Amino acid sequence: MISVSINGNAQHFEHPLSISELIEYMELSGKRIALERNGEIVPRSQFSQQHLAHGDKLEIVIAVGGG
Amino acid sequence: MTSDPLIIAGKSYHSRLLVGTGKYKDFAETKAAVEASGAEIITIAIRRSNIGQNPNEPSLLEILPPEKYTLLPNTAGCYSADDAVRTLRLARELLDGHSLVKLEVLGDPQSLYPNVVETLSAAKTLVKEGFQVMVYTSDDPIIAKQLEDIGCVAIMPLASLIGSGMGILNPWNLQLIMERVQVPVIVDAGVGTASDAAIAMELGCHGVLMNTAIAAAKNPVLMASAMKLAVEAGRMAYLAGRMPRKLYSATPSSPTSGLIK
Repeated sequence: MISVSINGNAQHFEHPLSISELIEYMELSGKRIALERNGEIVPRSQFSQQHLAHGDKLEIVIAVGGG
Repeated sequence: MTSDPLIIAGKSYHSRLLVGTGKYKDFAETKAAVEASGAEIITIAIRRSNIGQNPNEPSLLEILPPEKYTLLPNTAGCYSADDAVRTLRLARELLDGHSLVKLEVLGDPQSLYPNVVETLSAAKTLVKEGFQVMVYTSDDPIIAKQLEDIGCVAIMPLASLIGSGMGILNPWNLQLIMERVQVPVIVDAGVGTASDAAIAMELGCHGVLMNTAIAAAKNPVLMASAMKLAVEAGRMAYLAGRMPRKLYSATPSSPTSGLIK
Protein backbone atom coordinates (compact mmCIF):
# COMPACT_ATOMS: atom_id res chain seq x y z
CA MET A 1 0.00 0.00 0.00
CA ILE A 2 1.46 3.34 -0.99
CA SER A 3 0.24 6.84 -0.21
CA VAL A 4 0.82 9.68 -2.60
CA SER A 5 -0.47 13.24 -2.93
CA ILE A 6 -2.10 14.14 -6.24
CA ASN A 7 -3.09 17.74 -6.76
CA GLY A 8 -3.10 18.22 -3.02
CA ASN A 9 -5.25 15.18 -2.27
CA ALA A 10 -4.00 12.05 -0.51
CA GLN A 11 -4.53 8.89 -2.55
CA HIS A 12 -3.71 5.30 -1.66
CA PHE A 13 -2.87 2.51 -4.06
CA GLU A 14 -2.38 -1.24 -3.52
CA HIS A 15 0.81 -1.30 -5.60
CA PRO A 16 3.08 1.27 -7.31
CA LEU A 17 1.22 2.15 -10.52
CA SER A 18 3.12 3.41 -13.50
CA ILE A 19 2.30 7.01 -14.37
CA SER A 20 0.44 5.84 -17.51
CA GLU A 21 -1.70 3.57 -15.36
CA LEU A 22 -2.39 6.49 -13.03
CA ILE A 23 -3.42 8.71 -15.96
CA GLU A 24 -5.82 6.00 -17.12
CA TYR A 25 -7.20 5.57 -13.61
CA MET A 26 -7.84 9.33 -13.48
CA GLU A 27 -9.60 9.15 -16.86
CA LEU A 28 -7.14 11.62 -18.37
CA SER A 29 -5.91 9.38 -21.20
CA GLY A 30 -5.91 11.19 -24.49
CA LYS A 31 -6.21 14.59 -22.79
CA ARG A 32 -3.47 17.19 -22.99
CA ILE A 33 -1.81 17.28 -19.59
CA ALA A 34 1.54 17.96 -17.97
CA LEU A 35 2.76 16.22 -14.85
CA GLU A 36 5.21 17.21 -12.15
CA ARG A 37 6.49 14.62 -9.68
CA ASN A 38 8.23 15.91 -6.59
CA GLY A 39 8.93 19.18 -8.33
CA GLU A 40 10.28 17.70 -11.56
CA ILE A 41 8.38 17.54 -14.83
CA VAL A 42 7.95 13.98 -16.11
CA PRO A 43 7.96 14.00 -19.93
CA ARG A 44 5.10 12.08 -21.60
CA SER A 45 7.62 9.68 -23.11
CA GLN A 46 8.53 8.49 -19.59
CA PHE A 47 4.98 7.85 -18.35
CA SER A 48 5.07 4.07 -18.74
CA GLN A 49 8.60 3.77 -17.37
CA GLN A 50 8.13 5.68 -14.12
CA HIS A 51 6.25 4.17 -11.20
CA LEU A 52 4.73 5.90 -8.19
CA ALA A 53 6.58 5.63 -4.90
CA HIS A 54 5.26 6.10 -1.39
CA GLY A 55 5.27 9.78 -0.42
CA ASP A 56 5.32 11.10 -4.00
CA LYS A 57 3.78 14.53 -4.54
CA LEU A 58 2.24 14.97 -7.97
CA GLU A 59 0.82 17.97 -9.77
CA ILE A 60 -1.21 17.18 -12.89
CA VAL A 61 -2.30 20.19 -14.94
CA ILE A 62 -4.50 20.96 -17.91
CA ALA A 63 -5.24 24.06 -19.99
CA VAL A 64 -8.29 26.05 -18.90
CA GLY A 65 -9.79 29.38 -19.89
CA GLY A 66 -7.89 32.43 -18.68
CA GLY A 67 -6.95 36.00 -19.60
CA MET B 1 -4.93 44.42 -43.67
CA THR B 2 -2.49 41.71 -44.67
CA SER B 3 0.15 44.25 -45.68
CA ASP B 4 0.40 45.43 -42.07
CA PRO B 5 1.06 42.26 -40.10
CA LEU B 6 1.83 42.10 -36.41
CA ILE B 7 5.22 40.41 -36.07
CA ILE B 8 6.06 38.73 -32.77
CA ALA B 9 9.24 36.69 -32.39
CA GLY B 10 9.58 36.50 -36.14
CA LYS B 11 6.07 35.19 -36.79
CA SER B 12 3.39 37.23 -38.63
CA TYR B 13 -0.19 37.63 -37.51
CA HIS B 14 -3.04 39.40 -39.32
CA SER B 15 -4.99 40.21 -36.17
CA ARG B 16 -3.76 42.82 -33.73
CA LEU B 17 -6.44 41.80 -31.27
CA LEU B 18 -5.41 39.10 -28.80
CA VAL B 19 -8.05 37.62 -26.52
CA GLY B 20 -8.32 35.67 -23.31
CA THR B 21 -10.51 32.62 -22.87
CA GLY B 22 -11.64 33.11 -19.27
CA LYS B 23 -14.91 34.23 -17.64
CA TYR B 24 -17.24 32.97 -20.36
CA LYS B 25 -20.56 31.31 -19.57
CA ASP B 26 -19.55 28.07 -21.30
CA PHE B 27 -17.30 26.70 -24.05
CA ALA B 28 -19.84 27.46 -26.80
CA GLU B 29 -19.77 31.13 -25.88
CA THR B 30 -15.96 31.11 -25.59
CA LYS B 31 -15.65 29.65 -29.07
CA ALA B 32 -18.20 32.02 -30.63
CA ALA B 33 -16.61 35.10 -29.06
CA VAL B 34 -13.08 34.10 -30.01
CA GLU B 35 -14.19 33.50 -33.59
CA ALA B 36 -16.05 36.83 -33.77
CA SER B 37 -12.96 38.63 -32.48
CA GLY B 38 -10.80 37.33 -35.32
CA ALA B 39 -8.02 36.77 -32.81
CA GLU B 40 -5.23 34.40 -33.77
CA ILE B 41 -3.40 34.53 -30.44
CA ILE B 42 -5.41 33.43 -27.41
CA THR B 43 -4.37 33.12 -23.79
CA ILE B 44 -5.02 30.09 -21.61
CA ALA B 45 -4.38 29.32 -17.96
CA ILE B 46 -2.71 26.25 -16.47
CA ARG B 47 -4.53 24.61 -13.56
CA ARG B 48 -4.79 21.31 -11.73
CA SER B 49 -6.95 18.74 -13.43
CA ASN B 50 -9.95 17.74 -11.33
CA ILE B 51 -9.65 14.15 -10.28
CA GLY B 52 -12.54 12.20 -11.71
CA GLN B 53 -13.83 14.88 -14.09
CA ASN B 54 -16.13 13.62 -16.81
CA PRO B 55 -13.95 12.25 -19.61
CA ASN B 56 -16.78 12.75 -22.10
CA GLU B 57 -16.82 16.51 -21.58
CA PRO B 58 -14.75 18.38 -24.15
CA SER B 59 -11.74 20.26 -22.88
CA LEU B 60 -10.76 23.81 -23.83
CA LEU B 61 -8.08 22.69 -26.29
CA GLU B 62 -10.59 20.52 -28.11
CA ILE B 63 -12.75 23.55 -28.93
CA LEU B 64 -9.79 25.93 -29.49
CA PRO B 65 -7.13 23.63 -30.91
CA PRO B 66 -3.41 24.46 -31.03
CA GLU B 67 -3.46 23.70 -34.77
CA LYS B 68 -5.87 26.58 -35.38
CA TYR B 69 -4.73 29.14 -32.77
CA THR B 70 -1.47 30.35 -31.32
CA LEU B 71 -1.93 29.53 -27.67
CA LEU B 72 -0.38 31.78 -25.07
CA PRO B 73 -0.22 30.08 -21.67
CA ASN B 74 -0.28 32.64 -18.86
CA THR B 75 0.91 32.67 -15.26
CA ALA B 76 -2.26 34.12 -13.76
CA GLY B 77 -2.36 33.57 -10.01
CA CYS B 78 1.43 33.52 -9.63
CA TYR B 79 2.89 35.87 -7.04
CA SER B 80 6.51 34.79 -7.27
CA ALA B 81 9.04 34.34 -10.06
CA ASP B 82 9.46 30.68 -9.02
CA ASP B 83 5.75 29.92 -9.41
CA ALA B 84 5.60 31.68 -12.77
CA VAL B 85 8.64 29.80 -14.10
CA ARG B 86 7.30 26.49 -12.80
CA THR B 87 3.90 27.12 -14.43
CA LEU B 88 5.41 27.94 -17.81
CA ARG B 89 7.70 24.91 -17.76
CA LEU B 90 4.56 22.78 -17.27
CA ALA B 91 2.79 24.73 -20.02
CA ARG B 92 5.63 24.08 -22.46
CA GLU B 93 5.44 20.36 -21.70
CA LEU B 94 1.66 20.38 -22.09
CA LEU B 95 1.92 22.12 -25.47
CA ASP B 96 4.66 19.85 -26.87
CA GLY B 97 7.49 22.35 -26.65
CA HIS B 98 5.58 25.48 -27.67
CA SER B 99 7.60 28.31 -26.19
CA LEU B 100 5.62 31.53 -26.76
CA VAL B 101 4.24 32.45 -23.36
CA LYS B 102 2.65 35.26 -21.36
CA LEU B 103 4.48 36.09 -18.16
CA GLU B 104 2.63 37.85 -15.37
CA VAL B 105 3.71 38.00 -11.75
CA LEU B 106 1.17 39.70 -9.55
CA GLY B 107 1.81 41.80 -6.47
CA ASP B 108 -1.46 41.60 -4.57
CA PRO B 109 -4.79 39.88 -5.08
CA GLN B 110 -6.93 42.99 -4.62
CA SER B 111 -5.39 45.15 -7.34
CA LEU B 112 -3.68 42.34 -9.36
CA TYR B 113 -1.01 44.96 -10.03
CA PRO B 114 2.15 43.42 -11.42
CA ASN B 115 5.14 42.88 -9.13
CA VAL B 116 7.75 44.15 -11.55
CA VAL B 117 10.72 43.03 -9.41
CA GLU B 118 9.57 39.39 -9.53
CA THR B 119 8.59 39.84 -13.18
CA LEU B 120 12.14 40.92 -14.11
CA SER B 121 13.55 37.93 -12.24
CA ALA B 122 11.18 35.45 -13.90
CA ALA B 123 11.83 36.96 -17.32
CA LYS B 124 15.60 36.46 -16.93
CA THR B 125 15.16 32.78 -16.07
CA LEU B 126 12.62 32.11 -18.80
CA VAL B 127 14.59 33.81 -21.57
CA LYS B 128 17.65 31.81 -20.54
CA GLU B 129 15.58 28.61 -20.83
CA GLY B 130 14.57 29.47 -24.38
CA PHE B 131 11.05 30.76 -23.82
CA GLN B 132 9.70 33.56 -26.02
CA VAL B 133 8.29 35.83 -23.35
CA MET B 134 5.46 38.28 -23.88
CA VAL B 135 5.48 40.11 -20.58
CA TYR B 136 2.62 41.78 -18.73
CA THR B 137 3.95 44.75 -16.82
CA SER B 138 3.14 48.17 -15.39
CA ASP B 139 3.31 51.27 -17.59
CA ASP B 140 6.74 52.15 -16.18
CA PRO B 141 8.90 52.92 -19.22
CA ILE B 142 12.16 52.07 -17.42
CA ILE B 143 10.93 48.60 -16.47
CA ALA B 144 9.62 48.13 -20.01
CA LYS B 145 13.07 48.82 -21.45
CA GLN B 146 14.72 46.51 -18.90
CA LEU B 147 12.33 43.72 -19.88
CA GLU B 148 13.19 44.25 -23.52
CA ASP B 149 16.92 44.23 -22.71
CA ILE B 150 16.46 40.92 -20.90
CA GLY B 151 15.11 39.51 -24.18
CA CYS B 152 11.33 39.58 -23.92
CA VAL B 153 9.69 39.43 -27.36
CA ALA B 154 6.79 41.75 -26.53
CA ILE B 155 6.05 44.26 -23.80
CA MET B 156 2.47 44.28 -22.54
CA PRO B 157 1.79 47.30 -20.33
CA LEU B 158 -1.51 47.60 -18.53
CA ALA B 159 -4.06 50.23 -19.55
CA SER B 160 -5.62 49.95 -16.08
CA LEU B 161 -6.28 47.18 -13.54
CA ILE B 162 -7.08 43.67 -14.77
CA GLY B 163 -10.82 43.23 -15.20
CA SER B 164 -11.57 46.84 -14.27
CA GLY B 165 -12.73 48.11 -17.65
CA MET B 166 -11.32 51.54 -16.76
CA GLY B 167 -9.66 52.02 -20.13
CA ILE B 168 -6.36 53.76 -20.94
CA LEU B 169 -5.49 55.68 -17.77
CA ASN B 170 -2.05 56.91 -18.76
CA PRO B 171 -1.53 57.40 -22.49
CA TRP B 172 1.58 59.48 -21.72
CA ASN B 173 3.39 56.54 -20.16
CA LEU B 174 2.36 54.28 -23.02
CA GLN B 175 3.95 56.78 -25.41
CA LEU B 176 7.13 56.87 -23.29
CA ILE B 177 7.26 53.08 -23.55
CA MET B 178 6.79 53.11 -27.30
CA GLU B 179 9.55 55.68 -27.74
CA ARG B 180 11.96 53.43 -25.89
CA VAL B 181 11.32 49.84 -26.93
CA GLN B 182 11.74 48.23 -30.36
CA VAL B 183 9.71 45.05 -29.74
CA PRO B 184 5.91 45.10 -30.11
CA VAL B 185 3.99 46.92 -27.38
CA ILE B 186 0.64 45.29 -26.75
CA VAL B 187 -1.72 46.93 -24.28
CA ASP B 188 -2.96 44.26 -21.88
CA ALA B 189 -5.50 44.71 -19.04
CA GLY B 190 -8.17 47.23 -18.27
CA VAL B 191 -9.77 47.71 -21.67
CA GLY B 192 -13.53 48.14 -21.20
CA THR B 193 -15.13 49.01 -24.50
CA ALA B 194 -14.36 49.52 -28.17
CA SER B 195 -13.11 53.09 -27.95
CA ASP B 196 -10.47 52.02 -25.38
CA ALA B 197 -9.04 49.57 -27.88
CA ALA B 198 -9.16 52.16 -30.67
CA ILE B 199 -7.34 54.71 -28.48
CA ALA B 200 -4.58 52.22 -27.72
CA MET B 201 -4.06 51.60 -31.42
CA GLU B 202 -4.24 55.32 -32.28
CA LEU B 203 -1.38 55.90 -29.83
CA GLY B 204 0.73 53.58 -31.95
CA CYS B 205 0.48 50.41 -29.88
CA HIS B 206 1.03 47.28 -31.91
CA GLY B 207 -1.89 45.32 -30.48
CA VAL B 208 -4.37 44.95 -27.67
CA LEU B 209 -5.03 41.97 -25.42
CA MET B 210 -8.33 41.75 -23.59
CA ASN B 211 -10.56 39.24 -21.86
CA THR B 212 -13.11 40.75 -19.47
CA ALA B 213 -14.10 43.52 -21.91
CA ILE B 214 -15.56 40.83 -24.15
CA ALA B 215 -16.56 38.09 -21.69
CA ALA B 216 -18.36 40.45 -19.28
CA ALA B 217 -20.22 42.39 -21.96
CA LYS B 218 -23.97 41.78 -22.07
CA ASN B 219 -23.49 40.39 -25.58
CA PRO B 220 -19.96 39.00 -25.72
CA VAL B 221 -20.09 37.89 -29.35
CA LEU B 222 -21.26 41.34 -30.47
CA MET B 223 -18.60 43.01 -28.32
CA ALA B 224 -15.95 40.72 -29.80
CA SER B 225 -16.94 41.94 -33.28
CA ALA B 226 -16.88 45.54 -32.05
CA MET B 227 -13.38 45.05 -30.66
CA LYS B 228 -12.16 43.55 -33.93
CA LEU B 229 -13.37 46.63 -35.79
CA ALA B 230 -12.06 49.02 -33.11
CA VAL B 231 -8.55 47.59 -33.30
CA GLU B 232 -8.62 47.78 -37.11
CA ALA B 233 -10.03 51.33 -37.11
CA GLY B 234 -7.53 52.55 -34.52
CA ARG B 235 -4.66 51.06 -36.48
CA MET B 236 -5.83 52.63 -39.74
CA ALA B 237 -6.23 56.02 -38.04
CA TYR B 238 -2.69 55.72 -36.69
CA LEU B 239 -1.28 54.82 -40.11
CA ALA B 240 -3.31 57.60 -41.76
CA GLY B 241 -1.53 60.18 -39.61
CA ARG B 242 -4.06 62.21 -37.63
CA MET B 243 -4.53 65.93 -38.08
CA PRO B 244 -2.74 68.08 -35.50
CA ARG B 245 -4.65 69.27 -32.45
CA LYS B 246 -5.02 73.03 -32.35
CA LEU B 247 -5.73 74.32 -28.90
CA TYR B 248 -7.84 77.47 -28.49
CA SER B 249 -8.22 78.30 -32.19
CA ALA B 250 -10.50 77.18 -34.95
CA THR B 251 -10.13 76.86 -38.71
CA PRO B 252 -13.33 76.66 -40.73
CA SER B 253 -13.70 73.83 -43.20
CA SER B 254 -15.84 75.88 -45.61
CA PRO B 255 -14.55 78.84 -47.71
CA THR B 256 -14.63 82.25 -46.02
CA SER B 257 -15.17 84.10 -49.34
CA GLY B 258 -18.30 84.21 -51.48
CA LEU B 259 -20.68 84.56 -48.57
CA ILE B 260 -24.05 86.04 -49.59
CA LYS B 261 -24.79 89.42 -48.09
